[in-house]
Amino acid sequence: MKCRKCGEAAVLELRRHNAAFCAPDFLEFFRNQVREAIRKYRMFTRDEPVLVAVSGGKDSLALWDVLIDEDYRTTGLYLDLGIYDYSVESKAKCETFAAAHGVPLIVVSVADAVGAPVPIIQSVTRRPPCSGCGLSKRYLMNRVALERGMPVVATGHNLDDEAATLFGSVLHWQMDALPRQSPALPSTHAKLVRRVKPLYRLSERETAAYAFLRRIDYILEECPFAKGATSITHKEILGRLEDVSPGAKHNFLFGFLEKARPAFERAGAVTLNECARCGQVTSGTVCAFCKLADQVKRRA
Amino acid sequence: MKVILRNPRREIEVAGGRRVKDVLRALDIVPETVLVIRGDDLITADQVVRDDDVIELRPVMSGGGA
Repeated sequence: MKCRKCGEAAVLELRRHNAAFCAPDFLEFFRNQVREAIRKYRMFTRDEPVLVAVSGGKDSLALWDVLIDEDYRTTGLYLDLGIYDYSVESKAKCETFAAAHGVPLIVVSVADAVGAPVPIIQSVTRRPPCSGCGLSKRYLMNRVALERGMPVVATGHNLDDEAATLFGSVLHWQMDALPRQSPALPSTHAKLVRRVKPLYRLSERETAAYAFLRRIDYILEECPFAKGATSITHKEILGRLEDVSPGAKHNFLFGFLEKARPAFERAGAVTLNECARCGQVTSGTVCAFCKLADQVKRRA
Repeated sequence: MKVILRNPRREIEVAGGRRVKDVLRALDIVPETVLVIRGDDLITADQVVRDDDVIELRPVMSGGGA
């Protein structure tokens, strides 16, 4: 197989693009996709400080690597979930990466913020583990960015993550989630920073290949709580569809973003208030994070 | 040839002298779900692997999330 750009031996085939690339041309393709995402959704400028949420996995470290290379003003944020050895190792990956690149990294412990680490949160609430964890992460990313005066948080969500989330939302016709699914969520309240996903155009195989070719040392083990997660089942289903119909995931996600999302957005306007307890933004009186923390305090 | 699999890490022996895509099919692995690594390089599914090769099939799926 030959590289589409230069004709040298290819290292990676991208069936959905009907193309194969050598390593240098693949890396350039990857960077171009990130540039296009940032440009199309005006995610951030080189003058703005960007908080990059990093987990130690391939996606978030690949994202951080590209943004550093592109001269953006980045600070990493690692949220320590307290998930046994998995958290110890993933934190070490982030610290090593930050030190090697000479970039700042903020570490925040979920146990300090919520009152207990993710395994305890999972056992004292009736939520699936990824639910309490995701809620805490979104809350803390926003709070840390606000406290540090950063207007935008970038996460490593890729095309597969986004397609799987969309698939789940469509299966249940979640009218509140559908308008919120976007590569860039604007700030709709003074206490909400922008959230952007510069890797939404790239599949997880492409982010894995980028991380490998850039020799990024990322955590290969999966979160022990991810096994059996619904989002993984949805990814597997979409993966089988992609295998027989290359481009299916891309068309599903991009078709939604371009054609369907505006209609859901019009239907889904909500009023935002400040939480009576912590002052962060909520559609209710007390935010979901404070309710979660209360539940943890009562039962942990 | 030796094939390294992940999560959990394990090694298996399979016959070489065929293309990567044939090895993947024999192991019932969807090509889009893995990177195929030989030494310090990625290789494409049309490449032929030999009996004395060692390849790693590294899953690309990251999971969880809400």
